[in-house]
Amino acid sequence: MTTALETTPKAKERLVPGTPLLEVRDLHVEFKTRDGIAKAVNGVNYSVAAGETLAVLGESGSGKSVTAQTIMGILDMPPGRVTAGEILYRGQDMLKMSGEERRKIRGRKIAMIFQDALSSLNPVLSVGYQLGEMFRVHEGASKKEAKAKAIELMDRVRIPAAAQRVGDYPHQFSGGMRQRIMIAMALALQPDLIIADEPTTALDVTVQAQVMDLLAELQAEYHMGLILITHDLGVVADVADKIAVMYAGRIVETAPVHDLYASPAHPYTKGLLRSIPRLDQKGEELYAIKGLPPNLYKVPAGCAFNPRCDVATDLCRTEIPALHQVTDRDGAELAGRKSACHLWKETLHG
Amino acid sequence: MPDLIEKKNAAIPAQRGADSAEPKPEKARSLGLDAWHDLRKRPIFIVSALLIVLLVLIAAAPGLFTSVDPRAGDLRNHYLTKPDWSDVFGAGWFGYDGQGRSIFARVIYGARASVVVGICVTVGVTVLGGLSGMLAGYFGGWVDAVVSRITDIFFGVPLLLGALVILNAFSVRTVWSVVFALVALGWTQMTRVMRGSVITVKQADYVTAAKALGAGTGRIMFKHILPNAIAPVIVVATIALGGYIATEATLSFLGIGLQDPTISWGIDINSAQKVIRTAPFALFFPAGMLSITVLAFIMLGDAVRDALDPKLR
Amino acid sequence: MAEPILEVKDLVKHYPLHQGILFKKQVGAVKAVDGISFALHKGETLGIVGESGCGKSTLAKVLMNLERATAGQVLYKGEDISRLSGAALKAVRRNIQMVFQDPYTSLNPRMTVGDIIGEPYEIHPEVAPKGDRRKAVQDLLDVVGLNPEYINRYPHQFSGGQRQRIGIARGLALKPEVIICDEPVSALDVSVQAQVINLLDQLQKDFELSYMFIAHDLSIVRHISDRVGVMYLGKMVEIGSDEEIYEHATHPYTQALLSAVPVPDPTGREGRERIILSGDIPSPANPPSGCRFRTRCWKAEERCSTELPLLAVPELLSGPAKHESACHFAAVRETVSA
Repeated sequence: MTTALETTPKAKERLVPGTPLLEVRDLHVEFKTRDGIAKAVNGVNYSVAAGETLAVLGESGSGKSVTAQTIMGILDMPPGRVTAGEILYRGQDMLKMSGEERRKIRGRKIAMIFQDALSSLNPVLSVGYQLGEMFRVHEGASKKEAKAKAIELMDRVRIPAAAQRVGDYPHQFSGGMRQRIMIAMALALQPDLIIADEPTTALDVTVQAQVMDLLAELQAEYHMGLILITHDLGVVADVADKIAVMYAGRIVETAPVHDLYASPAHPYTKGLLRSIPRLDQKGEELYAIKGLPPNLYKVPAGCAFNPRCDVATDLCRTEIPALHQVTDRDGAELAGRKSACHLWKETLHG
Repeated sequence: MPDLIEKKNAAIPAQRGADSAEPKPEKARSLGLDAWHDLRKRPIFIVSALLIVLLVLIAAAPGLFTSVDPRAGDLRNHYLTKPDWSDVFGAGWFGYDGQGRSIFARVIYGARASVVVGICVTVGVTVLGGLSGMLAGYFGGWVDAVVSRITDIFFGVPLLLGALVILNAFSVRTVWSVVFALVALGWTQMTRVMRGSVITVKQADYVTAAKALGAGTGRIMFKHILPNAIAPVIVVATIALGGYIATEATLSFLGIGLQDPTISWGIDINSAQKVIRTAPFALFFPAGMLSITVLAFIMLGDAVRDALDPKLR
Repeated sequence: MAEPILEVKDLVKHYPLHQGILFKKQVGAVKAVDGISFALHKGETLGIVGESGCGKSTLAKVLMNLERATAGQVLYKGEDISRLSGAALKAVRRNIQMVFQDPYTSLNPRMTVGDIIGEPYEIHPEVAPKGDRRKAVQDLLDVVGLNPEYINRYPHQFSGGQRQRIGIARGLALKPEVIICDEPVSALDVSVQAQVINLLDQLQKDFELSYMFIAHDLSIVRHISDRVGVMYLGKMVEIGSDEEIYEHATHPYTQALLSAVPVPDPTGREGRERIILSGDIPSPANPPSGCRFRTRCWKAEERCSTELPLLAVPELLSGPAKHESACHFAAVRETVSA
């Protein structure tokens, strides 16, 4: 079967191996509101390569979604404002591009999948029309061609009886099917990178599994980069290659997925992993991180996590920790592992 | 059947924004205080509020502003006498009308009718409309059906035309007959606003929680629904207030509203139009005051809307 | 076993569907809850799991008498409370309370914390004399781990987790015996969920509470529950102790549900076997004949479409697999691999 994706041959620019597809450098974003200035993102660095899945893990207010919206250029400005940093797509800073240049990247090169598929689809247009629109607008396809491609795409994301359902409207589909349609839409123009913001959070467990599997499979097949933004440690463990953990607008830890779960190097990550109940064991009392998520209007001095941290020292209360390279007991660098904790050694090895 | 659509596992809503680490003690959240906190920073609110305070003061105690009797005509003061700008707060400051009465005094005394009509009509429609809207929204079913049909019928009656018909039935028309007519025709506007607002609030979990505690209908309506549903009604009422004042002036101008000896800007505008070519000031001052008053209330309404319901912006 | 504190017998809740604007005609019904029976014992936590549309939230509403049952009984200490109204219902409400899912909408934004937690006493003045109420509210704040001085603050001054504590305090005020928790932590941040679960655990020990804990998160339900019931499309498909359900599930739906839960551990993720169900949940207005799960079940046979499997202990099974399951072909499958 030929798919819509294969029938639109496109010379994919080959990347020099090792060059990231997208790199965020020292990004700072703040919001000016009635109550003051909320520092949502305070110096975030991460990168993702083709074929790689980066999971950005964080709670509400961690800045994970704001970072993604800034990359996509869909952040509301004002009240939002990028105060510093670069977002490099294939080495070019998108923040310096003109609106026209950015539009060419958005949707074609970098596509986004949102949590709420129903509000992301236009309720008065049929699903087939909305899928086909991508081809009509961007590739000048005829009405008939566009419809055929829409059906192919719907087939590709395994929507049963695609040919019959192409004329249906978004509300006629279930939540899981709508999220598939969103995935189809994101894939339509063969992007290099997909940003998925809590793509399965609104779905039921059994449907969640279907959609996540589909996304992972398509990503592997088209060798796309995937930035998966989530708060769910289970989903991350299932699909991620590497993880960036965010807290109060900063990255507190980055690590390959297996290392992070096996031996976290930041007390916040460690606490999170200990605090979730496990399906396969019935524990007694759960470990609970004390205190509350940070107030972005009043981020604590020093390490933002220090008021909730069990091991915080005076240093943690005064000095913001840098993102340290993590080493093993013998001092050898652990690839891809960094921790923004003054006490990462004790946390990791202690 | 909303129960079927069980709440989705509700993500972590990022838009709820930053959780405050510790409660902010300085800010309270009664409806009034909340709005005040926002309003006092708005220049539009300050300007309109000052104007309205001044107007209410004029309406309540016109004697403070002028010692001239607005009804005392002295034909020596001809209407062709130009306003005497040096006679500040004096009888001749704005000139004289056709019957030799001080325009300044009449403008001052005319404020009372406008302010009384405006405020009374607003209070009337808010109470009547609020109550009926609450009942319709809360109970639904046939109560809602009946109330909604009634509001539909009123919606089809133009305010001015309806008021003409009602006021014609009065042999002597006072401020209160005008108030009656405008309330009778205007309350359904508030019913609609209140009904919609109550239907939204009624579905909130805190209302369900109160029911689960065994709270009675009265408690649920007045403690839980009313304080959360009233904001849009206040906004619409404030903006409508200016409109009611303008309507009163229109009716009086048409000779179907207030009558002599009541002093009203509308009546004065009417009598001034006959001499507009020769004595434009007789028209200018009452009309100017009317415009400023209506504008002040509409500006206040806008500011209140922004403060109470930022989503409407 | 002692007499259950709450017993549900053949509970049914149908929402009629009407057609026509002027002359409404009933054309069918959404069968949100369709014949459910279970018992809740003193001091026990019964977890209810299921996906959206399975009827678990409707079940909570019917138990709370917020919705009238279409048929069946809800027995509180042997007395049917599903038909009560007026003073009798108000009296029963003292004993059964609820904690809501969304701490942002379940607290009246125009009331202070003191008024919110003190409201139960105003509705039921016999519980606390007027002079003692302030003290009682402060005690409750202390019990749920909030500073008693917060009494005059408004809900918006608190974070989600703190608000949920306020909601729990309100539920505790009348000293109920049963608390129905409808997704009490799903709207909270991961790092705060554990705090609230521990609080619920502690309160249960301190006040001998019985919980009905409704959630979609199977890991949390396992952590907190003594027994677990699994719902699908208005029916209870399997019920048993936490070990019986999680380690020895015999109903295919339970098995699929368990296998779909993402495990927060990447070790061996490639080899993890997962049952991916095909299709979506059918509409509760028009459920399949016979077994409701048959349209998505890999075990379904002819019999499943004609004969409704009853929730019963399968005769052929033994050991921990011998618990109530509504499947003609109930059998254990190793579901949890770790």
